Amino acid sequence: MTSQPCRLAAGGRIDRATAFALRFDGREVGAYGGDTLASALLANGVRVVGRSFKYHRPRGVFSAGVEEPNALVQLRQGGRSEPNSRATTVEAFPGLEAASQGGWPSVNFDLGAALGAFSRFMPAGFYYKTFIGPGRGTAWWMFCERFIRRAAASGHVAGARDPDSYEKVNAFCDVLVIGAGPAGLAAALAAGRAGARVMLVEQDREPGGALLDQPAGGPGDAWAGAVLAELRAMPRVRILTRTTAFGAYDGEVYGLIERAWDHVAAPPAHQPRQRYWVVRAGAAVLASGAIERPLVFGNNDLPGVMLAASVRRYVNRYAVLCGRRVVLCTGNDSVYPTARELAAAGAAVTVVDLRADLPAAFTAGLNVLAGHAVVSAQGGKAVSGVSIAAVDAASGQTSGATRALPCDLLATSGGFTPTLHLWSQRAGRPAYDPARFAFLPVAGRVPLLLCAGAVAGEDGLAACVAAGFAQGTQAAQLTGRSNTVGDLVAPATGDDGWLREAAVVAAIRAAGGQPASPAFVDLQHDVKRSDLALAHREGYVSVEHLKRYTTSGMATDQGKTADVNVLAGLAELSGVPMAEAGTTTFRPPFTPIAFGAIVGREHGRHFRPTRLTAMHDWHVAHGATFVDAGSWLRPSCYPQPGEGLAEAAAREAAHVRQAVGLVDVSTLGKIAVQGPDAAELLDRVYVNAFRSLKVGRLRYGVMLRDDGFVRDDGTTARLAETEFVMSTTTTNAARILGQLEHLLQTAWTDLRVQVTTVTDQWAAIAVAGPQARRLLQAACEGADLSAAALPHMALTYATVADVPVRIHRMSYSGELAYEVYVPAGFGQLVWTALLEAGAPFGAAPYGTEAMGTLRIEKGHVAGGELDGRTTLKDLALERFASTRKPFVGAVLRQRPVLEDPARPSLVGLEAIDRTSPIRAGTLLFAETGEIAGHGEGHVTSATFSPVVGGHIALALLARGQTRIGEVVRCVDLLAGRTVACRVTAPCFVDPEGVRQNA
Amino acid sequence: MLRIRCPVCGLRDETEFVYGGDATVRRPAHGEADPEKWVEYVFLRDNPRGPHREYWHHAAGCRQWLVVERDTLTHAIGAVALARDATPEVRS
Repeated sequence: MTSQPCRLAAGGRIDRATAFALRFDGREVGAYGGDTLASALLANGVRVVGRSFKYHRPRGVFSAGVEEPNALVQLRQGGRSEPNSRATTVEAFPGLEAASQGGWPSVNFDLGAALGAFSRFMPAGFYYKTFIGPGRGTAWWMFCERFIRRAAASGHVAGARDPDSYEKVNAFCDVLVIGAGPAGLAAALAAGRAGARVMLVEQDREPGGALLDQPAGGPGDAWAGAVLAELRAMPRVRILTRTTAFGAYDGEVYGLIERAWDHVAAPPAHQPRQRYWVVRAGAAVLASGAIERPLVFGNNDLPGVMLAASVRRYVNRYAVLCGRRVVLCTGNDSVYPTARELAAAGAAVTVVDLRADLPAAFTAGLNVLAGHAVVSAQGGKAVSGVSIAAVDAASGQTSGATRALPCDLLATSGGFTPTLHLWSQRAGRPAYDPARFAFLPVAGRVPLLLCAGAVAGEDGLAACVAAGFAQGTQAAQLTGRSNTVGDLVAPATGDDGWLREAAVVAAIRAAGGQPASPAFVDLQHDVKRSDLALAHREGYVSVEHLKRYTTSGMATDQGKTADVNVLAGLAELSGVPMAEAGTTTFRPPFTPIAFGAIVGREHGRHFRPTRLTAMHDWHVAHGATFVDAGSWLRPSCYPQPGEGLAEAAAREAAHVRQAVGLVDVSTLGKIAVQGPDAAELLDRVYVNAFRSLKVGRLRYGVMLRDDGFVRDDGTTARLAETEFVMSTTTTNAARILGQLEHLLQTAWTDLRVQVTTVTDQWAAIAVAGPQARRLLQAACEGADLSAAALPHMALTYATVADVPVRIHRMSYSGELAYEVYVPAGFGQLVWTALLEAGAPFGAAPYGTEAMGTLRIEKGHVAGGELDGRTTLKDLALERFASTRKPFVGAVLRQRPVLEDPARPSLVGLEAIDRTSPIRAGTLLFAETGEIAGHGEGHVTSATFSPVVGGHIALALLARGQTRIGEVVRCVDLLAGRTVACRVTAPCFVDPEGVRQNA
Repeated sequence: MLRIRCPVCGLRDETEFVYGGDATVRRPAHGEADPEKWVEYVFLRDNPRGPHREYWHHAAGCRQWLVVERDTLTHAIGAVALARDATPEVRS
């Protein structure tokens, strides 16, 4: 095992029995169980872990948690590779491989750092000013962008497919507690005792929060141990660790990501890497704590400049001493326990405190420089010393001479910022409390989301525990759980908070001046204090504008350590109090989450349910190719060896016209309309009359929307005086049922009629072709199928293979045709029985492609024509509209603009060169003249027609019905292709209907 | 995600429902011949800030159309009633 120069010989919460190696930039790094990647790197003395985004400055680990702006790594390799992983939250495991981001050829020797020398030429708004602007358009930017993106120090997306699986869990609880620090543990305990179903979620690998930053084995550990033991004994309490609540949504719905197996190289077999939890809570307690605020001064981004509380976490939790000569710079009390613990671990510690008057109890035994501050840090690839000067604690302005202080670690604490992201996602902007130097949640704004502990501005361990216990009790009460909760005493750890006489400043700089340059406010996006000043001078005084112009707070850390210093800088520049500077908007996710986790298993064919017809297995067994129709899978054709889609469709269509074919039409929407007012309902929703339809007869109907455009068409059968079956197009079925229900439940509540979908209850088989009757006569028993007994648009009942069926005589193809309706469970049985009975007549299956060819030849409208922009007149369906009754859409269809005779109307097109395919969607232009604008209409459906022996189409052409015989050009502007066509009537085959009426 | 307390099915996710528009507009009587009234019903909507009444269809549940009180500012869901039971006062 490699030596770990910065690891203490004893102590910490690591598992020293489990020692292993991981690799960072190819170098072997020793680690222990319980380490993070960052703690292992620090233990091994790795200072430079990455290069900054814009200027390629060397950067080291800055924090110990989710707020990390610097230590972003490319984690793992191949399909599991993940960019921008925060080394501070990545758990170390044997075989972990990580690479630094951005440095080339390496982070220690980065040629891109030359950019830093030009940094004054890359100020705020550099990209806007240089690449985008009046007269420049965006083309120059789009050209340059690829080079700029390559120069930016960020990770790369794995090109390979992610080999792991993810799953989604729906969960319910009374009280969701977010964060298992002292406040969260107390809240969960109170809610649990009150009888609530509790979910306690913690993003860390173990509960404890800030208690884990204290020396191991202290009173905090004993307290947390007792609370956790009690919680674990409660059957209605669930504790989820390694789980981040990333989003708070309406209706008390929370999104969580559980990193179930991210802490190993690869998940065990059949285990998901991550789980996405959708939690519906009765109420929630947000106990997310606070994030330390860095101080702003010169060179504050050098490796070895860290947050003070993080330095404490490294020494107490990971037994890592981040420096041997430590300067702690602060304006508050929080660093003093840290200073003593670092000294006890063997470091030489100097505390530089902005405040001049400090209680003796704080300074006793420590080297403290009161009334001073760090003006700038010195060093190359790591801090080697600091310049300090006397400072005014109220303003942060220094005076007098600076002096140098050598050190190898500078830890700063500028105060603490409540982690109120989830609250703000629900509630909007927080309110500034000058007494607590913080934006705080506003109590009551989201009644069922309570905040407890540091997130609510409470200071010190005792206050946080008390608040957590009280809010947990209240949250349980809000969900009706109010058993006696007893009490809970906080541990006596001596962590008494930071607010006492705290000095909080926007930046440290000489009187009347700016901080020593460069002084960064946003480390991850390389935004300097001077960029704020420039943006402000250029008029970006709104915080939302400033954020976008400088890009501060827009990196992967979303400004967790940056925002408050940016706001403080803006307030100072504008001369307004913090409260007026405002905050930007917090949006999910709280920390970056993997798309894979949100997608779960819902990708590919599982993106939504796939509906299969009763005959699906037969289609598969007989080599069908399939097409999506809504959520259905339908056979598009049954190609024979060597056949393409077009050849198969042409063969199948020709076969129907010559012999007989069967097509699965089960997917058409089928709606049972039942009740005394069934005919009245149909009369209202269809443009044509249904009251007059005789029992046992069928009628084609067209329905409009209220705005007068055609909504759908289909054939309706009258089964009895008060019972109809309506059919709809496949894709409109659900919408039309919903619309009928809307009318019946809101406007026409007096109609005594029930509508029910029976689409799934009935399989349907269309039998079409000159041999169709003979086929059915061979297959059916108990029915007279003669032309006299069963004329076109009539129905009858029969049995096929002992299965009762209903037979509609109707035609979509223009041939003699029937539709056989079968109880769905017998669909495949009847389908095969019909094919067997039809074998002597040449029965063969056909798919939707041939069905489309047949209906285009016949001039029937379908999806391409029923596109929601066409009227009855456009489609030559005007003759169906009743003049004797009102119907939906009757009034608005007569708006003058819809009556304009120049509107495109339905025509047929025949390619003059019969071998030239016409493409649906192409635009129509007159035979001669310029091709410009939107043309005179467009092709709606196109096919090769075996009957015509060439390519034909249906189209909507301006004044189309007056232009039969004209030549027009179908222009495909994308492919640069033009097909000359002759305009025809829309019906290409048997316009008199001799064949279908045979 | 909104959660709507369906009078038939209980508290359910928004994903089970289909939004059905403004429930305060009244459909003209069937047979109404005045185009103005249809234009108003089909095209003209207020965009209120605050409490509002909307149609929601429990399409993946009991298939009932509901009149849901929703605050357009906070998304808070108030009273929910079956559309067929909603009094004209609730609907208009």
